[in-house]
Formats: sequence, structure tokens, C-alpha cells
Amino acid sequence: MAGPPLLGRQPPGGPDRRHRGRLLLKLVTYLDHAATTPVRSEAIEAMLPWLATVGNASSLHASGRRVRRAVEESRESLAGALGAQPSDVVFTGGGTESDNLALKGLYWARHGADPKRRRVLVSAVEHHAVLDAAEWLALCQGAEVVHLPVDGAGRVEPATFRAAVGAEPDTVAVASVMWANNEVGTVQPVAELAAVAAECGIPLHTDAVQAVGQVPISFAASGVAAMTVTGHKFGGAPGAGALVLRRGVECAPLTHGGGQERDVRSGTLDTPGIVGLATAAQIAVAEQPARSHQLAELRDDLVRRVLAEVPDAVLNGETPGPRRLPGNAHLSFRGCEGDALLMLLDARGVECSTGSACLAGVARPSHVLLAMGAGLDRARGSLRFSLGHTSTAADVDALIAAIAPVVERARRAGVLAGARRG
Amino acid sequence: MSGGVDSAVAAARAVDAGHEVTGVHLALSADPASHRTGARGCCSLEDSRDARRAADVLGIPFYIWDMAERFDAEVVASFVADYAAGRTPNPCVRCNERIKFAALLDRALALGFDAVVTGHHARLADGPAGPRLFRSVDPGKDQSYVLGTLHPRQLARAQFPLGDSTKQQVRAEATSRGLAVADKPDSHDICFIADGDTAGYLRRRLGAQPGPIVDRDGTVVGDHDGAFAYTVGQRRGLRLGRPAADGQPRYVLNVDPVSRVVAVGPAEALDVARIEAADSTYTGPRRACRAQLRAHGASVPARVTPGAGGMVAVEFSRPVRGVAAGQAVVFYDEADEQVLGGATISRVPSAVGSVAGADL
Repeated sequence: MAGPPLLGRQPPGGPDRRHRGRLLLKLVTYLDHAATTPVRSEAIEAMLPWLATVGNASSLHASGRRVRRAVEESRESLAGALGAQPSDVVFTGGGTESDNLALKGLYWARHGADPKRRRVLVSAVEHHAVLDAAEWLALCQGAEVVHLPVDGAGRVEPATFRAAVGAEPDTVAVASVMWANNEVGTVQPVAELAAVAAECGIPLHTDAVQAVGQVPISFAASGVAAMTVTGHKFGGAPGAGALVLRRGVECAPLTHGGGQERDVRSGTLDTPGIVGLATAAQIAVAEQPARSHQLAELRDDLVRRVLAEVPDAVLNGETPGPRRLPGNAHLSFRGCEGDALLMLLDARGVECSTGSACLAGVARPSHVLLAMGAGLDRARGSLRFSLGHTSTAADVDALIAAIAPVVERARRAGVLAGARRG
Repeated sequence: MSGGVDSAVAAARAVDAGHEVTGVHLALSADPASHRTGARGCCSLEDSRDARRAADVLGIPFYIWDMAERFDAEVVASFVADYAAGRTPNPCVRCNERIKFAALLDRALALGFDAVVTGHHARLADGPAGPRLFRSVDPGKDQSYVLGTLHPRQLARAQFPLGDSTKQQVRAEATSRGLAVADKPDSHDICFIADGDTAGYLRRRLGAQPGPIVDRDGTVVGDHDGAFAYTVGQRRGLRLGRPAADGQPRYVLNVDPVSRVVAVGPAEALDVARIEAADSTYTGPRRACRAQLRAHGASVPARVTPGAGGMVAVEFSRPVRGVAAGQAVVFYDEADEQVLGGATISRVPSAVGSVAGADL
């Protein structure tokens, strides 16, 4: 059995790891909060009683009503934290489900109402949950996917979006541009994009999975039609998320059954997960101004000191500031392969990510960096360090102590790879 | 870690020996199949999950290294080119020479590892002149042949913890260690030819190249749509219309990719008394020893004479049959235990002579 969730610094693999006689007393430095962040103790406490409480939120008896109340209070609390109405919140199993529901559900509803609407506009730097859902619509549903190009920092300009809509707004079924990018942390001009969408009568979906707790979020003020969030990126438990879907926006369901969530999403509600999601959202949003300030300082320190240790490293994405997630540092290391860097850091107890999606466990050159105009080598040799609510200065110190020898060694291996590729 | 039982137990033994072990699975196909089919284990996503699971059970880090490009260039391309040139390659030998104990080993050393541990059934021992390679104690599973062309500098960084065990013992140990791969079937055949149809694979890669099948006197006795589908010593699948005059079965004696002529004849025409081989790792004096000419075959007494430029001449004390250029010849000591070196067969003159084109 695996150990308990990772909270702060502790031996690798949890205390249960079978060392067979050799004890490794290394501490783990967790710099991968964008993958998942530790569940907040308040969320755990809030969830525990509901794990032990019987009741289906759809049941009519007292047990059902008790659970229903917890779900609805969580809905109100989550809506409050996200600047939405409670009736906007559709609970789902997480970010990927929410993205798929938004893309496919909005496409089906809009295309069903008017067959002319075939175009799906998505930014070139979306998460695969959006990109691949759009790709599937093209392959299997007759949609036409338009990828919105980004600038060198990964940003979609409103004018780019307007140009893609062009003279034919009535052929667009749905558009999707993320609130903030999961790899390089670029914050998109969502409100401006939503204004263009509204003007053209197009529903805009935004994947805000990385943004909650890192930058201010208001669903209503942003003007988007739909917004994806998931709890485990800000201290809830994995497996609980939501699609915030403005009332009156038609969306066809992905899953059919009991129709629990506005007939858009069926399935027995996960009461403990939903309670944890709402609790974590409350805290994450309340903490956000102070947390963002703290994370930005840590991040700036991290970037400055990595560049001091490895002078030819390159920071990818926006200049640190309001256009970049405060917890994100994404750097390319000349002549290195990202997976070699990751492995060498892992061996020294520093955990991070190459940031890009894996295909069969093999890191592929990041589509985000390629869309930003980076060359293959820069896309291959990059690492994402992401900070979150448990990050400390000691985490940055640990990375700085490891990074120079790791890069030097990865470079030696990279020379071989480069020579091979010739 | 291929996802099979051997590499899982080898990793476990390396951990037990006190090494800091990292599991590495090689991604050798850019487009892997989801599930294993038949006996071709190691390249599907299911195999990589099996390997990851074994590493998790052992509590060691695990990574997948992408060597698909390199594998395609070094192993697959030369496999196809060899067949196109009328040779019969051994891609497993090639993979060991160029991938496992070259690309993988080089990357591992550059990243700070000391050695590559594999689940090959063979034994290594230190000797005054460097590492010495021996057969496995399990004659049925011995894999020293596919390692026989490795250079001493490659063997110096290799570890084979399974050589002292039989396959049965390895499976039993996997079970007792809780490794779920204990009962996974052995893999054989060529891992990158998913359906096992080598001739079909080559036809897809090389296109149809029809030509005649001729008897030793030059009589056309059949036709084929690609000489690459034939290998010296092959008997099945010739689809000859009429029996030979003597009523004896006929075998492929020679494959000439240029003229596209496949020559067939009686078994005794396959007899070979001497061969020449290239890229030899045998550096010793001219001496009597034993030579093994295919992965699953007995060794035969031979005399090996090193020549210039890595060439080596091998004379057999009595003729051997069905030797094909492109295969490895591996030399063993007279006790048939220690590997003395290996080479790639480059020239196979027929003992009974007069096979047109056989003297390439």
C-alpha cells in the first residue's frame, strides 16, 4: 500500500516504502504543485465525517436530505468563491471531465440548434483535455477545429481571436481559451476574449484549473459561458471538480442517467469530494492575495538563483508579473533532455515536471513551447517548477543546491543524444 | 526492464546486492501497440506497465527512455537492408550491440550510473584480461550467443545476475517476491514484427521483387515475389511445383538479391566447411575451439584464425549445415562454457561448391 498524501517534506515514497535494509534519509522537495498540490488539512477534516455518513443526495428521506444539504452548501460556497451563482455550478469528476463536457456538450447543443455551426476555436496551448476533445469532435462529429495561434509568451491576443472568428461568427459552435497555461503559466486575457465572444454570439469556455488560488477569479465578471475547475489543484481531493456553466447556456450531456446535475451531468454525487472541493476553494480564494505575493517572491528567487547557477538557462513564457501565474517557473536548459534532468533531480529528492504531456511514458516536446515558437531543442530541454500552498524557501534552496551539477551531467548525456541526431 | 520476468528478477537481485538501482524501460516503437499479442513481449504499453509495476514492487525509481529513433536507425533499418542484400540478420544481437550495450549504456554512464543490469541468461566473471562471459547454467535458456559479439569494454559495464539460475528458479523467485510477471510467457520472435510474419513485413517494406527459384543445374523450378523472404537452409514455404529428380527435399542454398535468383538443392549442398566473419571481437591466437552459428543450436568444433581488420576465418572439423551470412558466429572454449568472442558471418563458401553466387 502507498503511504499517506505528501505533506511538505518527508522521506520519499512515504514511510511505508520497503527499503530492504538500506535507509535513505533524503527529504523530498516538492516543486510540482501544478500537477497536484497537497490536500489542505481543513479539507480533510471537512470531508472525513461525510465519508462515514450514509446518504445519497438524490434520496428523499432524512439521510438523503442531510447529505443533500452538505452538497448544496458546498455549491453555494464554491459559487461564492468563484464569483458565480450556485445554479451555475455543475459538479463533475474533475478537470478533464469538465473540459470534455464543455467542448462536446456546447458543440452538440449549438450544432444541434443550427447545423451551420461547425467550427471549434481553441488556443494552440490548451491542455490535452481540451485539444483532444476538439480533435475528437473533428474526427467523429464533423467539426472543424481552428487553433488560435499565440505570441512568443503563449498569449492569445483578442485580435487573433476576432480574426479567427472572421466574417462568419454564425459558423462557430464553441471557443475555448484557458485562464492560465499549465506549462508556462501565461495568464490569458479572458475577459477581453469573452467580450469578443459575446459580441459575436459565441459561447467561450475557459479552463481555469491552474488559476484558482493563484490569481483573482470571477466567473461573472469574466463574461465566459463556462469555466472548468478541479479541487486537487488548490487543496481539495482528486476526483472532484466542477463545470461552472452560466444559466441559460445550452449544453448536452456526456453521460446519461439520473440527471443529478441540471440534467447535464448524471451520476451519484460524491459528497465528501464536493465538501473537500468547496472547503479548499474557500480557503484558497481567501488566501489568494497574500499567497500570490508570497509565491511570486519565492518564484522570482528561484528563477534568479537558477539563472545564477546556470547562466545560459532561459525562462519561458511571460515576464513575471500579472500576466504569469505566481507559482510557475518554466526554464529551458541548453543541450539537456528534460527527462534526464527530471530523473537526476528526482534522484536528489527534488520533484518537478517536464510540463509536457507524456505519450506512453515518453516525454514529447511540449506543444505549448512549439506553439510559442521555440525550437525542438528548447522544447525538449525544459522543466517546470511549480509552487503552491506548502512551498517554502527551503524548497528553493534544495533546488538551487542540486541544479548546477544536474544540468552539467544531463548536458553530457545530451551531447550524446545530439550527436546521434546529428 | 522489458516487462518480463527475467529483467524483473535481475533488478530485484541487483537491489539485494546493495546497488542503488533505477529501472529503465526502453520505448523502441514510436507507435506501440496497447496490448501484447502472442510471444512478442517487450514493446507494448502493457509491457511497459508490467515493468513499472515490478519496479514499484521493488521500490526502485522507474523511467521510460525513448530509443525508438535510434532503434529504427540501428536495428530495424539494418534488418531490412540485410535481407535486401541476401543476408539473414539477427536483430537481437544487433540490439544488444547497438542499443542495450551502446545507446542505453552510454546514456546511463553519462547520467552517472555505473553499470547496466539485464535479465540475460549468461554469466560474467572478472579475469586478468577483463570480463569473461560464460554460458548460463540453464542450457535451455542460455543467451550467451546473443551477447557473444559484445566488446570487452561493453561487458565491463554489464551485469547479468541470472546466469547462475535456471529459468524455473527465476520464475519461482519472481513468485516468492510477489512479482506478477512470474508466469508471463517467454518472448521470442522479432519484437518489431507484431504478427510474426517476417516475409510479409519485408514485402511491405521492400515491395514485391519477383524472381525465379532455380535448381543446382540452373533449371527454373518455381518463382517467388521477393528473394528477401528466403533464408539459407530454409525448406518450408518454397511451393515448388514438382519434386526433385532424386525425390529428396530441397533447401534454399543461396539467395542473390541482385539477380533475384533463389537457388535450391539437396541438404548436403548446405554443407559448409569454412566461413569468414567480420567485426570480430576474438583477439586471441589461432586456436581450436567451438563455434555456435545460431541462437538455438549446438556448438561445433572449429579452428579460428584471426585476420586483418577484424576479419576472422573459421574452419569446421566436419561440415555444418544451413549457415547464413548476416548471422553471428560465437566462439566458445573447448569446454563449451566460456565465450572467446564473436563475429558477423560475411562469407559462406559451399563445401560441395558449384552453387552459383554462393561465393559472395
